[in-house]
Amino acid sequence: MSQSIASQRESLRYRSRLMQPEAERHPDTHPLTWRLRDDGEVVWLEEYLRKDGYQSVRKALADGDPQAIIATMKDANVGGRGGGGFSAGLKWSLTLQGGDMPRGYLICNADEMEPGTFKDRLLMEQQPHLVIEGMILAALANNSCYGYIFLRGEYVTAGRVLNRALDEARAGGWLGADINGSGFDFDIVVHSGAGRYICGEETALINSLEGKRANPRAKPPFPGQSGAWGKPSVVNNVETLCNAPGVILNGADWYQGLSGERTGNGGSKIYGVSGLVEKPGLWELPMGTTGAEILDRAGGMRNGRQLKAWLPGGASTGFLLPEHLELALDFDTVGKEGSRLGTGLITVVPREQSLVALVRNLEEFFARESCGWCTPCRDGLPWTVKVLRALESGQGEAGDIELLDKLAADCGPAQTFCAHAPGAAMPLQTALKHFRHEFEQGISEPRTKAAEG
Amino acid sequence: MMADTPQKTALIGSDGFELDPADETAIIEEMDHYERPQAACIEALKIVQRRHGWVPDGAIAAVARVLGIGPGEVEGVATFYSLIFRQPVGRHIVLVCDSSACFLTGFEELRHALVEQLGIDYGQTTTDGRFTLLPVCCLGACDGAPALMIDDDTYGPVSPADLPGMLEAYP
Repeated sequence: MSQSIASQRESLRYRSRLMQPEAERHPDTHPLTWRLRDDGEVVWLEEYLRKDGYQSVRKALADGDPQAIIATMKDANVGGRGGGGFSAGLKWSLTLQGGDMPRGYLICNADEMEPGTFKDRLLMEQQPHLVIEGMILAALANNSCYGYIFLRGEYVTAGRVLNRALDEARAGGWLGADINGSGFDFDIVVHSGAGRYICGEETALINSLEGKRANPRAKPPFPGQSGAWGKPSVVNNVETLCNAPGVILNGADWYQGLSGERTGNGGSKIYGVSGLVEKPGLWELPMGTTGAEILDRAGGMRNGRQLKAWLPGGASTGFLLPEHLELALDFDTVGKEGSRLGTGLITVVPREQSLVALVRNLEEFFARESCGWCTPCRDGLPWTVKVLRALESGQGEAGDIELLDKLAADCGPAQTFCAHAPGAAMPLQTALKHFRHEFEQGISEPRTKAAEG
Repeated sequence: MMADTPQKTALIGSDGFELDPADETAIIEEMDHYERPQAACIEALKIVQRRHGWVPDGAIAAVARVLGIGPGEVEGVATFYSLIFRQPVGRHIVLVCDSSACFLTGFEELRHALVEQLGIDYGQTTTDGRFTLLPVCCLGACDGAPALMIDDDTYGPVSPADLPGMLEAYP
């Protein structure tokens, strides 16, 4: 291979990066990213410790009060950053412990596969010790004996970085028996997956961790009551866990203050944009930052394109319109608009993009990734794809749109074991709501007004 | 190897497959990380796959034996996960991200170019046994869309014109 081809290939290699330079990031305002380096190299243990690393663990061990960790996390109200938005502190408060209850497991959900989401990759690839520090705090709070980082198999670099960081943490006395002389034992192993989006669903993840097919489990019992191998288990997203060290070190009030007056949801958030914008990327910003501010940071739409619609946080969130750009992007506000914050990574849709084609692409994804456990999901999603393909090619039939309405409703909450089908329904339903005329144009023989009544 | 292979029957595990001792050791080490050996199932299949490129029928029974579970359970797992291959694949796996961010930024052109240059579609392997082409869930490289992976390497953004030089690095 010639030198030029090799260097051309090297330049095409994907590298995760944060768009904000080091000079803009401070411990007080950017707890998730202030330690990241401008050169994108990994912050290894020595540098991490120099940058106040593991101070929250030191503090928590000295305090020796796991219930206080839970109380602080509850007060901080850190909404689950995997997209669910459920308070991590509340989740931790519901974990069974004490009495005869055996110690359970702490699972970091690093199965990042939500279309449009690329934030956990950055945290793991460049700042593995923050993930580990968050996991130790969570283990202390939940009395977990062992931790797993459930990492998607394709994240090869993250796996390599995390494993080396785990070795460093063990050698440094931050993991293993009697951490820092506290009498607390905890260790972590990276469990790497072998594909399938459904593994990110927390009960399917537990089945996958146990070496089974990744079908979801019925809840209750919730993982905190009976999770991996029947033990109390806590599953938290990477970014959620990365929030814990700052909260424990600086307190719930400080955390709430990070988002200022923007929103009732506290903290900072790794937001991002992808699609046809000038500068797609990631930024750590106060929770409740508006879509307009984020889009502005991305330099706006590429080559003067017009924005038609956007997904606020991945494929399983609902479409929003340009008029929604001024909304605070937090769990509550976006939820009120019939969408969800999801992962907080925006996907923009330009004016010339057919919504029918895009929704077809989304539903193909959900249909392919359905685990097949529940009928509405297994049979309903391929059916939506079939109808959407027909509409896309102008071969739709009268009644197709009503059929899509029905299929989406049948995939709604509480019809299936997990949130996969409801996640698939949301972009479909919101596209039908906001862009119904585009779908109607795919019907080859539109019904008459009379028949419609 | 072929001469010693017993007659193939419909039963899983009857095709004379033997686990490499190093692989068996690696699987047993993996089992240590979990409360039950079954949890090492996916990793065990990946260990087999690293050596053979795919998971042959006989490996199902061999892995089941090491883990102490039924071959049906191992087969159920092997057929569930998209990155476990139950048929022979090429020396290099090309995973094309077809999720929303890539779809919006030129995935279809990239896919067409790959299909054209490799002469294969999804799930197929080039006749020289070099490449297998597969779709993949969002690669988490959306700020570098459209993205693809070849073996352990992630690339993006990739244009059709980049493909010839890129593929050349994978003989």
